[in-house]
Amino acid sequence: MKHVPRILMAVGVAALLGLFIFPMWQITLIAPQYPDGVTMYVYINKLGGENPSVIQNINILNHYVGMKYIEPDAIPELKYFPFIILAMAALGLATILINKPYAFWIWAGLMVVLAIAGMYDFYLWEYDYGHNLSPKAPIKIPGASFQPPLIGTKEIINFTATSLPHLGGYLAGSSILLAITAGWIKRKF
Amino acid sequence: MKSKRSYLIILGLAITIIAILGYGCENKASTSKSGGALSSDVASQVYVPPGEYDEFYGFMSGGFSGQIGVYGIPSGRLLKVIPVFSVDPEKGYGFNEETKPLLNTSHGFVPWDDAHHPELSQTNGKTNGKWIFINGNNTPRIARIDLSTFETTEIIEIPNSGGNHSSPFTTENTEYVVAGTRFGVPYPQKDVAINSYAENFKGMLTFVSVKEEGDMDIAFQVLLPAFDYDLAHSGKGNSHGWTFFTTYNTEEKSTLLEVNASQNDKDFIAAVNWKKAEEYIKQGKFKEIPAEYAHNVYDEKSHVATSTLKKSVKVLTPEDCPGLVYFLPTPKSPHGVDVDPTGEYIIGNGKLSADLTVHSFSKMIKAIENQSFETTIEGIPVLKFEEVVAGVVKDAGLGPLHTEFDGKGNAYTSFFISSDVVKWKLGTWEVVDKAKTFYSVGHIMIPGGDSKEPQGKYLVALNKITKDRYLPTGPELCHSAQLYDISGDKMKLLLDFPTIGEPHYAQGISADRIVPNVKKFYPIEENTHQYRAMGEKDARVEREGNIVHVYMTTIRSHFAPDNIEGIKVGDKVYFHVTNLEQDWDVPHGFSVMGANNAELLIMGGQTETLIWEPKKEGVFPFYCTDFCSALHQEMQGYIRVSPRNSNIALSWRLGEDEEI
Repeated sequence: MKHVPRILMAVGVAALLGLFIFPMWQITLIAPQYPDGVTMYVYINKLGGENPSVIQNINILNHYVGMKYIEPDAIPELKYFPFIILAMAALGLATILINKPYAFWIWAGLMVVLAIAGMYDFYLWEYDYGHNLSPKAPIKIPGASFQPPLIGTKEIINFTATSLPHLGGYLAGSSILLAITAGWIKRKF
Repeated sequence: MKSKRSYLIILGLAITIIAILGYGCENKASTSKSGGALSSDVASQVYVPPGEYDEFYGFMSGGFSGQIGVYGIPSGRLLKVIPVFSVDPEKGYGFNEETKPLLNTSHGFVPWDDAHHPELSQTNGKTNGKWIFINGNNTPRIARIDLSTFETTEIIEIPNSGGNHSSPFTTENTEYVVAGTRFGVPYPQKDVAINSYAENFKGMLTFVSVKEEGDMDIAFQVLLPAFDYDLAHSGKGNSHGWTFFTTYNTEEKSTLLEVNASQNDKDFIAAVNWKKAEEYIKQGKFKEIPAEYAHNVYDEKSHVATSTLKKSVKVLTPEDCPGLVYFLPTPKSPHGVDVDPTGEYIIGNGKLSADLTVHSFSKMIKAIENQSFETTIEGIPVLKFEEVVAGVVKDAGLGPLHTEFDGKGNAYTSFFISSDVVKWKLGTWEVVDKAKTFYSVGHIMIPGGDSKEPQGKYLVALNKITKDRYLPTGPELCHSAQLYDISGDKMKLLLDFPTIGEPHYAQGISADRIVPNVKKFYPIEENTHQYRAMGEKDARVEREGNIVHVYMTTIRSHFAPDNIEGIKVGDKVYFHVTNLEQDWDVPHGFSVMGANNAELLIMGGQTETLIWEPKKEGVFPFYCTDFCSALHQEMQGYIRVSPRNSNIALSWRLGEDEEI
């Protein structure tokens, strides 16, 4: 039992680094003429999709109602988030050395704060895309909102938009649970 | 008195009822002419609910339309018309600069042909869904269509040939597709008296090799007497390595053939040992003969076809190559020659005979070993009929043309004159079932029915005459396909649907062998077209003397640029339109007023070029022809044409007044 907390924490750090491999979040748009849907992936450092043309195809859809083009280069978070995650991974390794319950819990607490901040930031971007429409939009629908849901499913004119965490997001979430468990075991035994 | 009257009334009523009943019966009889196709469960057998896929693809030749019709089986829904040998303004095929070279021949640009026999590529005798080949009969050619894009990607011309009918009929691993001349022609082609036929004319069989990536090349030709080589099929299993061709006009006549070519009681099936031919080629037993023929290849990355004129072929002559060709006597002017799935039986469909003659491959090999020859014609041994024949299917109908197989030991033969499909047993030669066709059936098709592994669930009869089957459309009526369920003991007519042009042969294949490989668009980053525009930033107009190149892009829903000025009367304007879309089913069209050719229909990631030569000053609109989005109707632009001596500078723009 002696090494269990450190092993759990090491697994947690590895899971967190999964953010560099797997998408953190996904937004899927489904309409009758898009039976397979158009799925965009949000990575820690880039935007992508099931195929390389997803961003172009979403931008084509968005332009009818005057939404801004999604240009990954214009999203600064994609540049500095990776460093935050690397820093958290380094702190995670530090907690393994410290190997005290409070160290694991402080780390988990920091992660929760980061997650909340990240979700809030994501919400702001979604609000901006959904509300900041070009006055020259070809199609104007009074009262319609084009803001995708933060999490869950929402009807946006003819599309059903679903926003959910992807594997990277789940891995990051599990790293928090692993840290809390590590602290608890450390304290109990 | 009163009762007598009521008797009369009753009698009158009774007569009326009988009359009505009688009329009803007659009516019913006249509507059931389709031969029992109205039985209750038939509709559900061909019903494919909206949004569902058919189980099979059916590829039906368009005959004189020069195209291939792609159908869903069993629904009979037309999915696509693939232009092959004929220009198609709908798709810009043969009109845009990229595809024109596909239709080049040694006679120049030939924009039409008569496409007869589609043939799917095979691996180990099984259809693999990679390509479909089809012959052009009139100006001898073979085309290869890629089944990931359903586009014609290669056409090779066949020299020393006239009427490429016995073609393409693949070998077991698509080592070769074949061609045989239906019309004897002077060899080499020259100016001679037509009645010197027997002396100056020859018949040439051609073996076209097919590489792994599809590249076709004429491997060799075999010089034979000037018979008419009508149809062919390649061997399989034990007979792999051989290809069989039917002949008529062994009389070698050049006039009134309907009489003069129908005199011999027996004509021949020519059996060609192509493995032996390969040995002779290796040994250098061929003559390199000058011949001019075009080889045209479409490149999927550059989206451009190129045409190369080739200059010679290797010709093998049976006199120099013993064991290369044998003749199997077969009654009488046989039409189709079909090899059963095991490769043992070679069926000669004796068009002018009532019988089907079945030769045995193993008996043929034995007869060759024993040298059981009747005679020899131009170095070709004629095997003794009774030494090669395995059996005869007797009096099954009139005018047998073609046979297909279900893989369960049954064969199905079409009878043109009696409008029947006849089911019979291989080995016992007994007729087990007959079904009517409406009317005058030519080819029949079972998916994989000429391969080693038939998928024997349905049979499609391809009918030459429809008469009263559909609403009349003036003197010209459609041809038709009729679908039969052959899963049971008895054939059951399920469906009857019109086809494009004249369907000759057809091919069928289960959809799962094709669907996974179908492309949805062309990746733009792979586009290597010389005049591509990889994004709107590349859109521009360039002038070289009186030639103007417009590098244009399309994306929902605008052209870039959409305003062009500085064009002059007498310019040659090339619109090179790149479709930037990277999504399924988003082609854009391009058409410009006064164009003397057609439209462009550009798939996602593709570049196509339309040439436009303005003859008048003015401002002319262009627009997208394929409804692409909610803003399709706004997808339009203008090109301004100024006088020859005008000083208007070349300029272009998109949006506001900004130059792009």
